[in-house]
Amino acid sequence: MSHINVKVAAIEQVTDLIKHFTFVREDGQPFPVFSGGSHVVVSMNINGRIQRNAYSLMGNPEETEAYHISVRRQEKSRGGSVHMHDALKVGDSLQITFPVNLFALEKRARKHLLIAGGIGITPFMSQIADLERNKANYELHYAYRAPEHGAFSKEIKANIGNKLITYVESEGGVLNLRNLLSKQPLGTHVYVCGPGPMVVAMIETARTLGWPENHIHSEQFTAPPSGESFKIKLTKSALEIVVPPEMSMLEAMEAAGVDAPYLCRGGACGRCELEVVCTDGNLLHHDHYLSEAEKAAGKKIMPCVSRAKCDLLEVVL
Amino acid sequence: MSLAFKKETFRDDYTYKNSVEAIKRFPFPFPEDTYMYSVNMEPHTKGPKGAVTEHTFDIDEHYVSECLDKAKTLELDPGRYAVLPHMMDAQWDFLELTMESLSTDYPHLFTLKKDGKNWTWENKPLSIKKSFVFGDVSTLDMDPFEYMSRQVQGDFVLLDQRNDTLYADAGFITSQADWSLNFDVGMAWHEWHGPVPQVTKLGVMDRALKYLMSMQLGAPVRRLNWTMTINPRLDTSPENYPLWGGDRNTVTPENVGKKVHLRVELQTLFRLPRSNGLLFSIRCYLINMEELSTFPRWAKRFHRVFRDLHSDLAEYKGLVKFREMTVQWLSKFDDGADIGVGTHPE
Ligand code: FES
Repeated sequence: MSHINVKVAAIEQVTDLIKHFTFVREDGQPFPVFSGGSHVVVSMNINGRIQRNAYSLMGNPEETEAYHISVRRQEKSRGGSVHMHDALKVGDSLQITFPVNLFALEKRARKHLLIAGGIGITPFMSQIADLERNKANYELHYAYRAPEHGAFSKEIKANIGNKLITYVESEGGVLNLRNLLSKQPLGTHVYVCGPGPMVVAMIETARTLGWPENHIHSEQFTAPPSGESFKIKLTKSALEIVVPPEMSMLEAMEAAGVDAPYLCRGGACGRCELEVVCTDGNLLHHDHYLSEAEKAAGKKIMPCVSRAKCDLLEVVL
Repeated sequence: MSLAFKKETFRDDYTYKNSVEAIKRFPFPFPEDTYMYSVNMEPHTKGPKGAVTEHTFDIDEHYVSECLDKAKTLELDPGRYAVLPHMMDAQWDFLELTMESLSTDYPHLFTLKKDGKNWTWENKPLSIKKSFVFGDVSTLDMDPFEYMSRQVQGDFVLLDQRNDTLYADAGFITSQADWSLNFDVGMAWHEWHGPVPQVTKLGVMDRALKYLMSMQLGAPVRRLNWTMTINPRLDTSPENYPLWGGDRNTVTPENVGKKVHLRVELQTLFRLPRSNGLLFSIRCYLINMEELSTFPRWAKRFHRVFRDLHSDLAEYKGLVKFREMTVQWLSKFDDGADIGVGTHPE
């Protein structure tokens, strides 16, 4: 993947758990313009182990002096967000990928219905800039737990006024998906980003109400889960690599110097797909990409998030 | 580099010719004696100095005449330019990419001055100077996509990515070999990629689609494709078939060298930043058999490729009528010697 070398220009504590990072390019050049909903993958060096996490770009896509991401501290994760929160300082150097958009707006939609839960607000922040520029018809519904968790809610309100509707759980605010989805005009596209259960609920509700599948958009990246160690064999290079408990297959291959493809690193895009030759155990699928039938067939695996419970797994690479 | 732009025609009296330098830099597409259809792409990185891949978009000695020919084709058939309304962001992406590339790569020919959103574009070869507001169509004489398509050699298609496929939702097609825009605008990937003979392996087009959909910003790719054209005609569109189809019957053993052209397309693909669309650019290079054979290595190679080409492919590319005569004509250059692998002329 092509990379951009960046420096941390500013760090802002937005809520107790969320930090906003501002990046500028090391070479002083402007960043490329991007499309609303894009993410970048940030590479970080955690005590010698390279971890790469995807974060949505949340700035205005037309403002190219800086890129902005926000990171929610996840105590139970493998340390990426904690590293970003605790170790990263202004002036530090990092590598990011060029922006990739797996959560693009459908430009022909008559109306865009954006639904955010918690930190899931970030991809919508760049999307609303695009929607405003194109004078599109849209609403942003933003649910969060308590006023102190409503990162960016003031800022967004100031930009888009009553196109923002907030639901604060601690104040009794409830986002009723069924009500909301059933009163939308024909030709509306719905987009959701937030905690897993919310994403699933939205998709189910829309399907139940008969929304066409291609009018339902979601972004759900899974963090690679840890697990037991296992060994993989790459058929083309004949390389054997041990995947330790705290690394994903993809990370273990990268650490061994293999240039494996990826876009999202969260089991969503399908880019990293590998063909399985054989295994002496079971595949543990964690992605959102393969169908249930494909998962059961055991012929494919998404190494960015999935693992195996086995001694040896042989894949084509 | 200063370029002398030639005055020449791609229709009627067909005065198009390649200079010695243009022949030498011709993107000859055959590294081996046999030709296999392939959709393989390589990164569109800077090629060697003087090569057609040296710059993002190649401007050569035919630039001015080719732009005039494009304008003529469009005037005769306005349907060659079509764009669907949701492609406005992609149109500006295209204008930005072409203006920035040309002014960076050929500063003596093109300049772009930016003051925020107020841009001034100067195209010296075509004597154009224009100030406009980026993002505001009312300040340009026409759509941004049409505006710059008229000023860059080649054909252009803007693709929108949705529903897990790519749609050709805008196009400027004035020098296309075998497909036409009227037929294609708004079509999805699998609809405009009809079956190619000898591409029997299932899933080739599916894999190509998956590859294109995951193309990234800042990492354009390219490939070469080829066919043959009688007379140096850019506009060999299906709807104008009556105007050029008959030319295939005019080839004689005496005029093969001048009339029969190898037509090579340099196809490039770019991810576009603000629209998340793709730009598909198809740049056409023409060389007649006489020009080609000034490099005997190429004549030998092409003799073998054309002689042994699978008849289905010859049929598909419309080469059957003049194949024998051309192979015959080329055979005088071929002593059968092993010329190794590679596309180099000597
Ligand atoms: S990188 Fe996207 S699914 Fe693995």
